[in-house]
Amino acid sequence: MIMQLEVAVHKKLGEFQFDAEFSLNSQRTGIFGASGSGKSTLMHLLAGLQKPDSGRIRLGNVTLFDSTAKINLPSEKRRIGVVFQHSHLFPNMNVHRNLLYGWRRTPEQDRHLQPEAIIEVLNLSHLLDRGVNLLSGGERQRVALARTVLTCPRLILMDEPLTGLDEELKFQIMPYLNTVFANFSIPLLFISHSLLEMRLMTEQVLVVENGQVMRQVATEELAQSMWAAPGQSYANLLRLGRPQAQGDLWAYQWGDARLVLTDQGENEENIFELDAREIVLFKRHPEATSARNLLSCEVRKIFAVGNRVRVELQCGSQPLIAQIVPESMRELELAEGKEVVAMIKASAFRRLM
Amino acid sequence: MPFLQPSDFQAILLSFKVACTATLLATPLGIGVAYLLAYTRIPGKALLEGIVNLPLVLPPVVVGYLLLVLFGRHGWIGVFLARFDIQIIFTLTGAIIASAVVGFPLLVRSVRLGMEAVDPSYRTAARTLGAGPWDAFFTITLPLSGRAVFAGMTLMFARSLGEFGATIILAGNIPGVTQTIPLAIYEYTSSPGGDQMALSLCLVSILLSFIVLLVSGAATKSLNKR
Repeated sequence: MIMQLEVAVHKKLGEFQFDAEFSLNSQRTGIFGASGSGKSTLMHLLAGLQKPDSGRIRLGNVTLFDSTAKINLPSEKRRIGVVFQHSHLFPNMNVHRNLLYGWRRTPEQDRHLQPEAIIEVLNLSHLLDRGVNLLSGGERQRVALARTVLTCPRLILMDEPLTGLDEELKFQIMPYLNTVFANFSIPLLFISHSLLEMRLMTEQVLVVENGQVMRQVATEELAQSMWAAPGQSYANLLRLGRPQAQGDLWAYQWGDARLVLTDQGENEENIFELDAREIVLFKRHPEATSARNLLSCEVRKIFAVGNRVRVELQCGSQPLIAQIVPESMRELELAEGKEVVAMIKASAFRRLM
Repeated sequence: MPFLQPSDFQAILLSFKVACTATLLATPLGIGVAYLLAYTRIPGKALLEGIVNLPLVLPPVVVGYLLLVLFGRHGWIGVFLARFDIQIIFTLTGAIIASAVVGFPLLVRSVRLGMEAVDPSYRTAARTLGAGPWDAFFTITLPLSGRAVFAGMTLMFARSLGEFGATIILAGNIPGVTQTIPLAIYEYTSSPGGDQMALSLCLVSILLSFIVLLVSGAATKSLNKR
């Protein structure tokens, strides 16, 4: 299911002006911006929790809001699900009743999934009888997600659902999110200020700044353009399959190359982060090195900002981005189309999920 | 309790009847008014708030007298009710009305505070899950302010048990009909040799109030646990 969302709204909140004009048709879109930029305002306007001063909002073939035609569907009629940052589970009900709250209020012809299915996918069956105050942060977010998915919404808005969870928990939950959105094919608008979350969850991004939707770009493009800001580094995200044991290390197939890592990934697909600064470039193949990975690559593009140089490499079928300093670039005589050898330590990869 | 007269038992029973009926009748109305005060922006809200809270600060005798004027034979409501042959003054109904009016502000205050303390994001979440405004109120806000409603009911019940000023003016002091515990105590103290009897009814009153406090405490505890 592809969402077709057309938005052109204006809203004034005291001194704060919010303007958005965009149209989306993709499965997963991020809304990216610093806090206070207007991300949450956009979420509230879409969900019908706040009323725009003027404009219109259309989702698929349904007009949710139109100031000239005086249409303003109430929240409960929009069939837009929201997963809030603080989950907002109802404390007067146990987990099971929380889960069914929205499902019971969804018209029968729209209920195209069963509670049992989502309970299983999100691994909630052992929690059903529990009071919601006895859940951990990660469990709360899983219950909140299941509760929203069960209303079979036409679009799910997730408002910073992972903010406030610790790093480890975040990456434990993200596979669940991915499974749910893949299995039940519900379009997603994912609101966050974390670039990494964006890159793991979305395909394209709306960038919100100072109450304006500034641009709409592919997530990867955003990640690369953000690098130009001072102090920013770039993280390569590598999706690797099941590893094979190689002595006390683990070997993964990566395109036509093989990578050797210290970490064992347990899933069908494992996502690793590799900081661009961890990659060392050589002119020729070194004779011996302590690093376990030596990859022959071709330089595709060189881009310099201040004292940092971003080198885009093509390693066989896979792209890789390395960051070096201008002096190294001169010594290596780097130029587009040249062959280099990239060296990566087995321990430089950080497993995300 | 051998030191109590049969008429004393009647007074105790009447007190219960009056307090229970007044509290139960006032509760739905109290929840409604509390909702209006807590969530809506109706015109004349300040006026409504003032009228509801007035009995809290007025001497009960004044409240009783105003009620007498309203419900009396020539009062606005009295004339209307007379057409249906309903009499309020000097009846049990009168005692209930007096108790309800005097206790009402305590109830509304408690319920309103409770409702305002419920995080509005729960209602928001309920709306996005497909619940209409009324649905969300009855399934989320009201249950979540349940403890406050109960506390308000307890307060009102206790206040009704002790209601004297407004009751004696609107309903009179008729043994077996409108004579509740405080009125019976008053009668004992104003008749010669009634000190002993007054004292034993006072003990009953203390006991009852204590029981109300205990029950309320226990109920709050069990609600907390949930």
